[in-house]
Amino acid sequence: MIVLEKRPQPSQAWSMATPLIAVLATMFFGGLLFLTLGKNPIEAIRTIFYDPLFGEFAFYYRPQLLVKGAPLVLIAIGLSLGFKAGIWNIGAEGQYIMGAIVGAGIGLAFYPLEAWYILPLMVIGGAFGGWIWAMIPGILKVRFGTNEILVSLMLVYVAEQLLASMSLGLLKNPEGHGFPGSRNLNDYASTNGWIDQNVGMHWGVVAALIAVIFAYILLNRHMLGFHIRLTGDAPRAAKFAGVKPARLILFTLGMSGALAGLAGLFEASGPAGQITIDFSTGYGFTAIIVAFLGRLHPVGILLAGALMALTYIGGDIAQGSLGLPAAAIQVFQGMLLFFLLAFDLLTNFRIRLASGKVA
Amino acid sequence: MKLTSLFTSAAMALGLATGVMAEPTKVGFVYVGPVGDGGWTYEHDKGRQAVEAEFGDDVETTFVESVAEGPDAERVMTQMVLEGADLIFTTSFGYMDQTINVAKKFPNVRFEHATGYKTADNVSVYSARFYEGRAIQGMIAGEMTKTNIIGYIGSFPIPEVVRGINSAYIHAKKVNPDVRFKIVWAYTWFDPAKEADAAKVLIEQGADVILQHTDSTAPLAAAAEAGNVIGFGQASDMAEYTDGPRVSSIIDNWGPYYIERTKAVMDGTWETVNTWDGIGAGMVGIGAMTDKIPADVQDAANALKASIASGEYHPFTGPLKKQDGSDWLAEGEVADDGTLAGMNFYVEGIEGDIPN
Repeated sequence: MIVLEKRPQPSQAWSMATPLIAVLATMFFGGLLFLTLGKNPIEAIRTIFYDPLFGEFAFYYRPQLLVKGAPLVLIAIGLSLGFKAGIWNIGAEGQYIMGAIVGAGIGLAFYPLEAWYILPLMVIGGAFGGWIWAMIPGILKVRFGTNEILVSLMLVYVAEQLLASMSLGLLKNPEGHGFPGSRNLNDYASTNGWIDQNVGMHWGVVAALIAVIFAYILLNRHMLGFHIRLTGDAPRAAKFAGVKPARLILFTLGMSGALAGLAGLFEASGPAGQITIDFSTGYGFTAIIVAFLGRLHPVGILLAGALMALTYIGGDIAQGSLGLPAAAIQVFQGMLLFFLLAFDLLTNFRIRLASGKVA
Repeated sequence: MKLTSLFTSAAMALGLATGVMAEPTKVGFVYVGPVGDGGWTYEHDKGRQAVEAEFGDDVETTFVESVAEGPDAERVMTQMVLEGADLIFTTSFGYMDQTINVAKKFPNVRFEHATGYKTADNVSVYSARFYEGRAIQGMIAGEMTKTNIIGYIGSFPIPEVVRGINSAYIHAKKVNPDVRFKIVWAYTWFDPAKEADAAKVLIEQGADVILQHTDSTAPLAAAAEAGNVIGFGQASDMAEYTDGPRVSSIIDNWGPYYIERTKAVMDGTWETVNTWDGIGAGMVGIGAMTDKIPADVQDAANALKASIASGEYHPFTGPLKKQDGSDWLAEGEVADDGTLAGMNFYVEGIEGDIPN
């Protein structure tokens, strides 16, 4: 009989190994799924994981990895700070939208003026938009003890309505023939967030890398980072160590909101180019997967973000060239999180074969 | 070396002999929803299948479904170009800027963007005059309603949708002066849950006819549940509801256009065009009417359809006033395409404001 035995201490080795095993298991079972759909599994896996990096058209797909991965990493870094401390911001998607609206709104307000200070102001606006949206669940939790999971999630839907209203009203392009959507920010030098489109570089990529470094230093070298980790690992000890929960809640929620807002602004000023009804494509939710896939560790998140981006880009290639349905790709991506959580069990438990007799 | 050249000359000879190009023409389709949505994307995919059926081995089609409007769309289009596409149909309004961007980079590839207004040397736009179908739908709805309340599920308050509401209202009002429209904005093209909620709200408010400008069958399902409520198939025939609430439908028929444009690429005669076709050209179809519609109403509807198809009657013919009471079209005057394309006002009699 197989029994699970709790490890006295979480296994460091398993903690490192589970993401890798999860990826391999996903490849295997995903391959089976593709096989049952009548596709060559080896070819499908190769198309998803290998072609974007080393295939014939890798020169185009590699930069796209930056475009797709940057917002995921930026948001996931923010979320990981809260998650580490047991503070669950599920509404990054809403904060992402609000950052984009506020930041892009500032840029559009200056139209048609061109000036060097517009983009920096938009960046500040983006961070502010996300921050203020995250402060709502933050303050409600601190003052009234509401559940931040529910409040932050519900605010996503409010933000989506606001996005629709902005695309159709206040921020609508006056020269857009009555169609929804703002002016294209890429068309104006002062609001264009691209550094070099051909290599996929925009300011959001830079910000994501800075965020990784910043988070690493914060968690490993700073008192606040220690408090975050302590609160997550041992809440009672944290109290004795003088951690003020309210401050920690506001800091982590605010930080994750600000980073999500920045991701939204950079997306709006770069790859997306405009605020439209369909601006939000789920980065805020996918980033939750990325944060866990990366073990809530800054470097892990960087790698996980790249991996997620790879499955998205490779998935679209597989659709186009192999005729795999989109739903199969989504199941494939879902498997990744599923296996990660399943194998995660081995970090805290070990499997033992016990004699079948039970007293 | 010798062997290769032998093969090459053989292939060339074969090519000359049969007059067929060795390489099939590659056509890509970018879809905004899943091919199984039963509405908008489903019909575009039927158009793609029609292209395959027409040209067989001379054509190779690919598609990517559920592509988000924005940077993802640009990547998917580029991916198709890299893999050798000669012609790409981008089938959602929100792909407009992305289509233009990618087209700029690849001047030798042709693009066709649905429902947009930006063209280029290698970008055509096409759309259907759905409002012609709406006129017939409105007429049937006006005749059929007993509560005199018609519910309308709007997607987004854009000219396309506003035009449909106006057209349906004008023709409902013509046959039933007491008719009122209740409009709910779902702010989505495809979200079965939201669409069902919208339908339920309208039914609770007394609507016994539901018109929809969203793509799923959820409103019909909600109507079926309520009983005594009728609806129409949208974008696709939605024939599975024929025994239930569906009394007719507006069908988008893209096949002929896709075949024609693919043929143009094959023949080297492709040019930038701005196509806006309706019932007459076969781009808009009216699905079979069920027995729930009385025979005389069916006859009247068919007569209206025939007069629109022949060009004898235009659904926006004066006298018409705007909602605020100001004059729009004088007696006998017909709306021009420019006004229709950017329509952002209700006609007189519709209650409520267009949100913005």
